[in-house]
Amino acid sequence: MTDRFMLTRRDLLKTTATGVAALGLSNALPMSRAFAAAATVGFIYVGPKDDYGYNQAHAEGAAALKGIEGISVVEEENVPETVDVQKTMESMINLDGAALIFPTSFGYFDPHMLAMCAKFPDVQFRHCGGMWDKAKHPMNAGSYFGYIGMGQYLNGVVAGHTTKSKKLGFVAAKPIPQVLLNINSFLIGARSVDPTITCQVIFTGEWSLAVKEAEATNALVDQGIDVVTCHVDSPKVVVETAAGRGAFVCGYHANQSPLAPEKYLTGAEWNWAKVYKMFVDDFVAGKPLPNFTRGGLADGFVKMSPLGPAVGEPARKQFDATLAEMMKGGFAVIKGPLKSNKGAVVATEGQAFPETAIELESMDYLVDGVVGSTA
Amino acid sequence: MDPTDIGLWGVPLAILGGAIRVSTPFIFVSLGEAITERSGRINLGLEGTLVFGAMTAYAIAVISGSPWLGLFAAAAAGSFFGLFHGWICKFPKVNDIAIGIALMLFGSGLAFFFGKPFIQPKAPSLPAIPFGGWSDIPQVQAALDVNVLFLIGAVLSAVLWWAFRNTRAGLIVRVVGDSSDAARAMGLNPDTVCLLATGVGGAFAGIGGAYLSLYYPGSWTERISSGQGLMAVALVIFARWNPLGCFAAALLFGGAGALGPALQSVGVTQGYYLFYAAPYILTLVIMIATSSPGRSLAGAPGELSITK
Repeated sequence: MTDRFMLTRRDLLKTTATGVAALGLSNALPMSRAFAAAATVGFIYVGPKDDYGYNQAHAEGAAALKGIEGISVVEEENVPETVDVQKTMESMINLDGAALIFPTSFGYFDPHMLAMCAKFPDVQFRHCGGMWDKAKHPMNAGSYFGYIGMGQYLNGVVAGHTTKSKKLGFVAAKPIPQVLLNINSFLIGARSVDPTITCQVIFTGEWSLAVKEAEATNALVDQGIDVVTCHVDSPKVVVETAAGRGAFVCGYHANQSPLAPEKYLTGAEWNWAKVYKMFVDDFVAGKPLPNFTRGGLADGFVKMSPLGPAVGEPARKQFDATLAEMMKGGFAVIKGPLKSNKGAVVATEGQAFPETAIELESMDYLVDGVVGSTA
Repeated sequence: MDPTDIGLWGVPLAILGGAIRVSTPFIFVSLGEAITERSGRINLGLEGTLVFGAMTAYAIAVISGSPWLGLFAAAAAGSFFGLFHGWICKFPKVNDIAIGIALMLFGSGLAFFFGKPFIQPKAPSLPAIPFGGWSDIPQVQAALDVNVLFLIGAVLSAVLWWAFRNTRAGLIVRVVGDSSDAARAMGLNPDTVCLLATGVGGAFAGIGGAYLSLYYPGSWTERISSGQGLMAVALVIFARWNPLGCFAAALLFGGAGALGPALQSVGVTQGYYLFYAAPYILTLVIMIATSSPGRSLAGAPGELSITK
């Protein structure tokens, strides 16, 4: 009976010989390169590309490229922020002939993308959210991001008008600068309505942990919090759990209003289609790609979900007025006098950090009024 | 919503609520694995079965509009995975742990493949029974919304505990698990018993998956399980193959998992990574405290490959 599964030595040699021959042939005739389109663009996602969140926003941007003449798009999802992403990038370059790669997750940048930049100097890499620095990083690397904190400020304005308990909740993944800026902006937006509002933050420690996010949302609502927002990869669970408990929600990354049509106030969304088209247009035209790209509401990098049915008239007015102000560009959320929740001064009287300020991208504090800790 | 301020009471309440909400998948997977391991096989593939069950339940519930039909489909799909494992392991020199790992990857991959179109639609959820009606505090009411599957799991663990001791079927599973030679001498076919035990174990894991996608957190995403199936397999050893122990261990894990978010919600914000490690630290402490270099694990089935 066992014999059925045993290979004879002859069988083994035959199979191996065929395999080696096939391998040799495919090396001699690099089919994929020969038939590749004018340019191949690679996208790498840390999670599934239809997660109602971060990865979906990027995938929608990538999908917008598919109509462009001569451009073909390759995508890989569920790639961990480990050496795996280096292998993915190598295979996109060697097998698919990718000439421009967008690794979209925060942890891909250092050291993984930088290692690939050094190894493939002819390939262009643009990373979402990383801090590209001319002095430190190669010229075929670069980064792009949007001032989505502005969107969280607007979320906060609407939340501030809607809350009755004066307590807001924030389910956050990891205490990195982009997340901290969102939390701070959400609270400062709400405090523009009522300076007694506080915001309770819960860090889950990971970008995507469905059960823990649900537990965090429940714990927030148990404390009397009546408006919840989040910064996790897939806000689906937070939105559904909060709405199920009767709390209002502000969305993030993408429009989650279909998940909770009654309880959804508004949301801060990415508009990556605009950004990716910009890069690819430059690429096709043969122009050098920018290394450091940032933009906000005014530049169309970020947009807001339509206001939900629960948003009252005063909230709508302040929302519209603030949005109009932001559309002029250079809006400052962090402005003095402002202290961190540990009592340190983060902005002195008269000091203001507009959305473009580079200091905001190394934020390591939570402002006064946020209940939470960065470690 | 009534904003009643419950302050620090939120922590014990969250642990209670968390124990009830989070533990159900652990209960079902660990009970299923307890049956399988009592018969002398170990099925590490239950993580994959859990994910596949979650996807199947959600998909069928979306298509048919009935969460119960989804639950049934998840159990059927789970038993198929279990029977597949049992069937392969019947062949000589097949390692059940290696097959389990292969099936874990296969189950997850297949679930991701078939689950793509079901991420966006919304499925009806399984009903809960409100046991909190006596209290007028909304937080207590929310914590005591108990899903029927939790109750079924609780009853099932008691029934299994009784059945292992007092029924012929229980005896057969135990004999096969403890000594296949003795089982053969009794005229039993160990392969058939293992096959059925693994099939039932798979069905239980499928039901656990259905709870994840149809009740809590209640949606299908590819990250829905985050390793709960694997933890549940480990819980069986922790519970010494005793179904009542599985239930208690699952409750403990559920409650301890709620500790981190609950403490942050009342303002204990320092060191949350440490609180998140609480369930694992707890497990480690209990394992060390109850282990002994002098004897093998009490209650371990004799034929189990990991203890042999």
